[in-house]
Amino acid sequence: MQLIECPWCGPREEVEFHYGGQAHVSYPEDPAALSDEEWADYLFVRDNTRGLFAERWVHALGCRRWFNAIRDTVTYRFHRVYRPDEQKPALS
Amino acid sequence: MSEIEKDGAAPYRLPTGGRIDRGATLRFTFGGRTLTGHPGDTLASALLAHGVHQTGTSIKLGRPRGIAAAWAEDPNSLVQVEEPFPEPMLLATTIELTDGLAAHGIPGQGRLADVPDSARYDARHVHADLLVVGAGPTGLTAALTAARAGARVVLVDEQSEAGGSLLGADDRIDGSPALEWVQRATAELAGNPLVVHLQRTTAFGHFDDGFVLALERRTDHLGAAAPRHLSRQRVWRIRARRVLVAAGAHERPVVFADNDRPGIMLAGGARTFLHRYGVLAGRTAVVFTTDDSAYAAAVDLADAGAEVRAVVDARPEPPAQWVGECVSRGIPVRAGQVVTGTDGVERVSAALVAPLRDGVPGESERIDCDLLLVSGGWNPAAHLFSQAGGRLRYDAALGAFVPGDVPARTSVAGAAAGVFDLAGCLAEGRRAAVAALEGLGVAVGGANDLPAVDDVPARVPTLVLWRVPDTGGTTRSLQFVDLQRDATVADIARAVDAGMRTVEHIKRYTTIGTAHDQGKTSGVIASGITAELLGRPIDELGTTTFRPPYTPVAFAALAGRNRGSLFDPERTTAVHAWHLGRGAVWEDVGQWKRPRYYPRPGEDMETAVLRECAAVRGGVGIMDGSTLGKIDVQGPDAAAFLDLLYTNMMSNLKVGSIRYGVMCKTDGMVLDDGTVVRLDRDRFLVYTTTGGAAGVLEWMEDWLQTEWPHLRVHVASVTEQWATFPVVGPRSRDVVAAVTGLDTSKEAFPFMTWQDTRIGSNRSGHDAPDHGVRVRVARVSFSGELAFEVNVDAWHAPAVWERLIAAGEPYGITPYGTETMHVLRAEKAYPIIGQDTDGTVTPHDLGMSWAVSKKKADFLGKRSFARAHNNRPDRKHLVGLLPVDRTIVLAEGAQIVEGPALPEPPVPMLGHVTSSYRSAELDRSFALALVKGGRTRIGQTVHVPVAGELVPVEITEPVLVDPEGARRDG
Repeated sequence: MQLIECPWCGPREEVEFHYGGQAHVSYPEDPAALSDEEWADYLFVRDNTRGLFAERWVHALGCRRWFNAIRDTVTYRFHRVYRPDEQKPALS
Repeated sequence: MSEIEKDGAAPYRLPTGGRIDRGATLRFTFGGRTLTGHPGDTLASALLAHGVHQTGTSIKLGRPRGIAAAWAEDPNSLVQVEEPFPEPMLLATTIELTDGLAAHGIPGQGRLADVPDSARYDARHVHADLLVVGAGPTGLTAALTAARAGARVVLVDEQSEAGGSLLGADDRIDGSPALEWVQRATAELAGNPLVVHLQRTTAFGHFDDGFVLALERRTDHLGAAAPRHLSRQRVWRIRARRVLVAAGAHERPVVFADNDRPGIMLAGGARTFLHRYGVLAGRTAVVFTTDDSAYAAAVDLADAGAEVRAVVDARPEPPAQWVGECVSRGIPVRAGQVVTGTDGVERVSAALVAPLRDGVPGESERIDCDLLLVSGGWNPAAHLFSQAGGRLRYDAALGAFVPGDVPARTSVAGAAAGVFDLAGCLAEGRRAAVAALEGLGVAVGGANDLPAVDDVPARVPTLVLWRVPDTGGTTRSLQFVDLQRDATVADIARAVDAGMRTVEHIKRYTTIGTAHDQGKTSGVIASGITAELLGRPIDELGTTTFRPPYTPVAFAALAGRNRGSLFDPERTTAVHAWHLGRGAVWEDVGQWKRPRYYPRPGEDMETAVLRECAAVRGGVGIMDGSTLGKIDVQGPDAAAFLDLLYTNMMSNLKVGSIRYGVMCKTDGMVLDDGTVVRLDRDRFLVYTTTGGAAGVLEWMEDWLQTEWPHLRVHVASVTEQWATFPVVGPRSRDVVAAVTGLDTSKEAFPFMTWQDTRIGSNRSGHDAPDHGVRVRVARVSFSGELAFEVNVDAWHAPAVWERLIAAGEPYGITPYGTETMHVLRAEKAYPIIGQDTDGTVTPHDLGMSWAVSKKKADFLGKRSFARAHNNRPDRKHLVGLLPVDRTIVLAEGAQIVEGPALPEPPVPMLGHVTSSYRSAELDRSFALALVKGGRTRIGQTVHVPVAGELVPVEITEPVLVDPEGARRDG
């Protein structure tokens, strides 16, 4: 069982966390202004990256706080975690 | 020889030696025979003391099989224990002998107990700076080094006592028997409060980030004296910053024809039986080796009184010093020779020995023996290293796979790393501990205080010999690779001929390495033989993957205390005891225990539910709705937040009022529903479904934290804090008025409003406003009937419930459960989210367009309602179904087809039944269903399969009882 570094609580066991999908997919400013295709893109289309991927996690059974993480989808290793209001780090 | 026979009861037990307690005698039975042994014995050593080698027969071929090693690497000695408690598939070599033990051999399959296991199992967590797996010379040195440096150390070892390989040998440390050093080391560790040292504890799985599971066997060895309060086995969940694998090595056999007979044993195993248990595994022995280590077995057995008739060493140049030791004992050493086969019926009676010339065995010679010891070198027990993702590397000098690149947090030392001499193991143990601690930023001071060991004879390299070359004929089908699976060289050859080119494929084709022992003796050999047959180097081929568990673990141990009522937490409401006393039948809703119905004597569910339904619609009923999710939403932006979350408007809700609301995901599909109570300008109480409570809270947090952090809103679950009792039916007004003193008239207490009051303020003569129990009464209805929901804190809930029951007595108040609630709401077509919906259903599909705001600029799901797909005419709508035969209750989940006969497949599916009941009010069956274009098909007849036949049903408006809503006000 992996340890995941909650930015607020520190390392905790992975069963305490829930996955939240790709990070940095913002809710559109004005959904009504989007075409059906653009809206469907927001709703349904996500990257399926092999390698480093920015994604959302929530410490559901701990502090209940959401955060972002750069994780390698090949090795499952977390490379870093950061708070939702922080800039997305360069993927490398 | 004469010494052996002094003990008539156990003729192979030596008069002295071994780590057994000869002062106590244990009686046990094996295969119906009553035998004796001593504390400290394993079942295997006690059997061997009586000359019993054969433990059973093989799974496919029925060939006799016997004890072939001294510990968990034995592929053969599978037994079924019957007493003290039935347990299958245990190894005679790892069962500690106890008085009264009853066991028998099994052919690869045993029998689970048919009575419940009354033993306890539990788990513990422990954190460590350094976990050391294995308390042999390497592990003990590492543990001592780390403990002296002040590290938190966990040391686990699977044997009954520490010492590892030293237990089965006669090494000396600092000029004394090595086990005295072991004793000093364990005493020092025991005195260190930062050290957890566990024997009889097998680390069986190594997972991410230093997480290791270990199984401690706590009571079996105590037999009848085991205290009842102790758990039988315990799973240790170890989280270590560094893991050091010092798990030793497994001796590797060499494959030859008829290598599976009882009496054929790994050389190190026989040496262990001798030194640790005082047992001679045979009287006349032949030793077949390609490695130096077996010479120690030959010499020690000879010194203990066995006649060693030959050491057959496949190497042309055997180790000179060991040859001298043999010659001085009259043991002939046959260099450059191999064992090509054996004779014997139930036990080996002779070894066939032949010279090896140019890789081909010559004419064989027969040497009679009752024990044939084999050694083909040693395989590091790298399982835990490999499980953690460590890559293995082939070492041609050892003929073994050794740890290669080292994964984070993990290291390997001693025999597990391919270091087989004692001095090397001690040095490696220290070095590995120092390196691990340095990685943690802990410097290890002090001098290198390693103890001194005796010199060992100069080594001659191991000859890597996976199998003795063919002598033609049917030999290969008698060359056993995996003894437990009865898999031979012929099977590997067949796999290669069939085109298999990787060890993983060959493993699955031949089943080699898939048995109980997971190929501890057979895995590497199978790789080697495959490489030979393919003509490829073994380092290219590699080995199969090591997976947990290292040795079998009982499900009971893994389950621990999480069984029965502790399997999943049971949540009960504040009035659970009352329901229990009233004989409620339970329904599990998530983790909640909810009364489903309250049967009276002689009632089944159907009659009880019909009675409860009639009572509610005709008089008054009460239910425990405390499991409804409740979320306290507070803050200046709470109203704006709920406007974004719900499809309908919440910000214009007046304080004191309540509104039903629907939440959708961004795709416009219904997520949850419930009522919203406005407590204050900046404070709402949001009710969710019982099952949706946690998800809705997480949903709220998600939006508040990630998308709308500017909203000043806090949310908290208050589900457990509030008990909720709907009092439902035309007489509810009287009951609630009697208990609360509120004016419950239609005018004073309108529908969808709430009022706070206090109960019991006058009982003690006070009527100050802060006396009594605060209750909140809400006029909401989930049945269409006049109803009041009484909310009270969980502490006072039982008393308030009792009062409501007492006040309802004159009106025949009837407690009802979830089943009745479901029928009543279905009659009104109130959907259950998750039953009548499935994540593809919009509010419009449910006929709830009225709950979707047209005024709000945006809310979650709004944009999706404008998508073309959300406006297709063939979307499934929630409708009612009335079976033409009013006695037929449709199955929930049943498909709906056009009918009346089925066309050729594929049959177009129109939808499915989502809820189906018998209605007391309608005196007939009815159902809710999602049907394609359902609202345009009202009045039409479609068909539903019931017990293999299509029955006609009429599509109706969904609301079947009181469609005008006249009963809402009583």
